[in-house]
Amino acid sequence: MGEAIVVTSGKGGVGKSTTSANIGIALALTGKKVCLLDTDVGLRNLDVLMGLENRIIYDLVDVMEQNCQMNQALVKDKRCEALYLLPAAQTKDKSSINTKQIRWLIAELREQFDYVMIDCPAGIEMGFKNAVSGADRAIVVTTAESASIRDADRVIGLLEKEKVPQPKVVINRFKSQMAKDGGMMDVDEVVSVLAVDLLGVVPDHEDVIRSGHLGEPIVLHKKTPAAKAYKNIAQRIQGEAVPLLLGEKERGFFKRMKRWFGFA
Amino acid sequence: MGKVLKPAVNIKGTKDGLLFLLDESRPFPAVLSELKYKLENASNLWDGPDTRVCIKLGNRQITRDEEKEMRELFSTHKNLIIHTIEADHGKPYLVDDQGIQLQAGTVRSGQVLEHRGDLLLLGDVNPGGTVRSTGSIFVLGALRGLAHAGGEGDDSAIIAASSLCPTQLRIANVVSRPPDEWETSETSGMNFAYLVNGQIAVDKMHHLSRIRPDIEWKDNRFKR
Repeated sequence: MGEAIVVTSGKGGVGKSTTSANIGIALALTGKKVCLLDTDVGLRNLDVLMGLENRIIYDLVDVMEQNCQMNQALVKDKRCEALYLLPAAQTKDKSSINTKQIRWLIAELREQFDYVMIDCPAGIEMGFKNAVSGADRAIVVTTAESASIRDADRVIGLLEKEKVPQPKVVINRFKSQMAKDGGMMDVDEVVSVLAVDLLGVVPDHEDVIRSGHLGEPIVLHKKTPAAKAYKNIAQRIQGEAVPLLLGEKERGFFKRMKRWFGFA
Repeated sequence: MGKVLKPAVNIKGTKDGLLFLLDESRPFPAVLSELKYKLENASNLWDGPDTRVCIKLGNRQITRDEEKEMRELFSTHKNLIIHTIEADHGKPYLVDDQGIQLQAGTVRSGQVLEHRGDLLLLGDVNPGGTVRSTGSIFVLGALRGLAHAGGEGDDSAIIAASSLCPTQLRIANVVSRPPDEWETSETSGMNFAYLVNGQIAVDKMHHLSRIRPDIEWKDNRFKR
């Protein structure tokens, strides 16, 4: 019996889909069987980020309307054996699925997979409620800006109301330099405002966007801090304690190394 | 009182005693005055052996003060013994206006914590969250959202927080947007907001006893 984890944020454009894709792949890389479920019906893009768009035959709404078997709709990832994507429909809208159907679907998927990552649409309307309804855990993605924090806070409140236990927060697109000069909130500030556990901090890097553009999620190839951050998050989801990695702290570490060797 | 109006107080006799049905749609003072009228007139009717009285409030909830007032009316007749006071749904009393109530947890964006009486919140109020109370509001945590004290016009209510950086403060009918200098000059230590001359002012906590001498504690060790 697997676990269903919803990735949500309230605000759009903070990186829900990127986070879902990368965490999903990172989990699959540790040998777990993972299904990525895109619930953003009408505005799907998880398949694009994964580079699997051209392999879609059936979608979420087809499964709901029983036009196909669930296994027919699951798109196998071209890089990871243990990773599947259940894409959303692009030609329908949010009203074509309901809470009861999605609960059933997630329950079915949980039988087959170790982790079901649910990519939630932006907003707090029906699409959000559907995506959240079947989840066992929630990851709230936010950037360290006030507007995003405000929405994340609202979403955490709603998750509590929907009885999704203990949401955890991922701070995405973190720029430690900006946090230092006050143009952005720092990690401690975000955690103290949201009053929930921190799951990870993903540093901002243009390679994240580049790899999404190419349909090759960053966690697969690049040895960037962002890839490392996603891998750490995947480990924390599995209950391991991994120290927090911040771009800035790493630099401090190198500085210290250099000092040991007498360079600085 | 016009004949067309349903009586605000209906009295019925049961085998257990008397049943007083108070009309919930009428304002409570009007109900009380009719009750008073009925108890004072036909006073010989009430004199007799001890009788158990059951009061039904319908859909209404009353405060302790209102209850006291009602009990005083009955006290003119020694043989009428109030046995129960009941409301249709749950407790007949509104939460006590006396004393201070504890609540714990974070009030997040979009959430509203409403309260009667004084409120002690153990937790934060985040931006976009609202705390509303008829009395004072004390926050052991950061107040970053909106706080409205004295919601029913109590202008002696105060708002205090471990970290007072609200988006907006309201006391009674006065609204205040915190000026920018608050956060810089007065973040050290605990502050509270109060109403003075129709404006909300913020001051250090240790000035509270000077501003509200009535609640200052007195050292009475040597009195005994």
